[in-house]
Amino acid sequence: MTDLTALHYTAEHEWIAVDGDVATVGITDFAADKLGDVVFVELPEVGGEVTGGTVVGEIESTKSVGELYAPVDGEVVEANQAVVDDPSLVNSDPFGDGWLVKVRFTALPDGLLDRDDYTALVGE
Amino acid sequence: MSDPSTPVPPPAAPVAVVEPRLSPLNDVHVGLGATFTDFAGWAMPVKYSSDLAEHHAVRSTAGIFDISHMGEISVRGAEASAFLDATLAGRLSVLQLMQAKYTLLLNDGGGIVDDLIVYRTGDDEFLVVANASNRDAVARELVGAASGFDVSVDDVSDGMALIAVQGPAAQAILERTDGLAIVAGQASLAEVRYYRATAATFGDDDVFIGRTGYTGEDGFELYVAVHDAVALWSAITVAGAPLGLVPAGLACRDTLRLEAGMPLYGHELDADTLPVQAGLGRVVALAKEGDFRGRAAIEAGPADGARVLVGLVAEGRRAGRAGYAVLDADGTAVGEITSGALSPTLGHPIALAYVAPESSAVGTPLSLDVRGTRIPATVTPLPFYSRKKEATA
Repeated sequence: MTDLTALHYTAEHEWIAVDGDVATVGITDFAADKLGDVVFVELPEVGGEVTGGTVVGEIESTKSVGELYAPVDGEVVEANQAVVDDPSLVNSDPFGDGWLVKVRFTALPDGLLDRDDYTALVGE
Repeated sequence: MSDPSTPVPPPAAPVAVVEPRLSPLNDVHVGLGATFTDFAGWAMPVKYSSDLAEHHAVRSTAGIFDISHMGEISVRGAEASAFLDATLAGRLSVLQLMQAKYTLLLNDGGGIVDDLIVYRTGDDEFLVVANASNRDAVARELVGAASGFDVSVDDVSDGMALIAVQGPAAQAILERTDGLAIVAGQASLAEVRYYRATAATFGDDDVFIGRTGYTGEDGFELYVAVHDAVALWSAITVAGAPLGLVPAGLACRDTLRLEAGMPLYGHELDADTLPVQAGLGRVVALAKEGDFRGRAAIEAGPADGARVLVGLVAEGRRAGRAGYAVLDADGTAVGEITSGALSPTLGHPIALAYVAPESSAVGTPLSLDVRGTRIPATVTPLPFYSRKKEATA
């Protein structure tokens, strides 16, 4: 079970787990629930550089499209092929098997939210 | 990620709303943990758990929907049938007792004010069912057109709840619903045919049951007094649980109707679209005598080159969505998607789109501009999905 208080969050409903200089990124349960059943995920190429705040992927449900923003600058070191193959993992395990990308970063940006900030933001 | 957008299409026209209107079943939905959306000024359940699971349940067993936001307008009087013939696009006077017809209310330009289902509930009594977003417009137009006819037009929506039970198990579920009894002399649930209705009671009150729906499956719609809505929903739910009935929201209702090729007002139909463009030319009874609203414009026909509604199928899993451009083989924009989704039943993207007539033939290879990526698509006959017909259908 993921310790949700150990994660960073963004106002764009992403979570970030930091391990050394690698950030694992996913979307929150709140976002997954709002989207509805996820049926298609497009993730950035491994080895590519991403810039924090830019769109690097897409998450589509039956009825809507969400854009995935890179929360940090860095190099994509892994993209979750299991989620591409089975997008329902985003709904069933958003903080676990439904992770999306891992990015090697140099510095975390300012303004990341902690769990309390994030739950206050979404009103839960 | 960006804020997930609301998964149900907005109403056709802006609705001035301070507080959303609540269905008589609102407390039930809250208790079931529903996610809500604003639909035509109503807070309605968009899903209860998984919209995909709800979709599949309706195709394989059954789903129960609250569609109490729909508008119901009573038309009664000695000239009721003549009034409807003179006002709506179809010939309603030919309806038999307890028969329903899909029809249109047109404007003077032949465009569509709303698509309607009209039931004949008595010799001189009809029930007109309108989309929630158009309820006021339809009521206003009918009231305005009624002068000169011996007829009374009353918007009875506020007193009425509407529950739909859709799916192959729908009949069996309603047959075993405690307290729901068909009125003596009326058609049993097994006997009532598609686009026919029957009369029942629930406790001491009347329930009007039509065998219609908006999902492409067999099913029923139950018109019931507001004060009976919660008890009837509960009784149906109890009866249906062993047969796989699940509560189903507007998200799956939209993918179900899209698979069935059914138009949604505000997407495929609007005030500037003529019925023939939407594939609804057959709904307009030009053979009937006398004038009706929009007749002259319908007879004149749409402008040369006016776009027509087609079905499109694509491969892969990335869906074209409402507003996306449709391109021909040269990359020229020839149309626009009005509804689109990854079909839960078929497993590939489907879309309804308006395209130029020269690009509308079945088999025409086109492409969808999905946020800058071109997805190959092919014009296909509608509906995308049709159920295996039973003897009752």
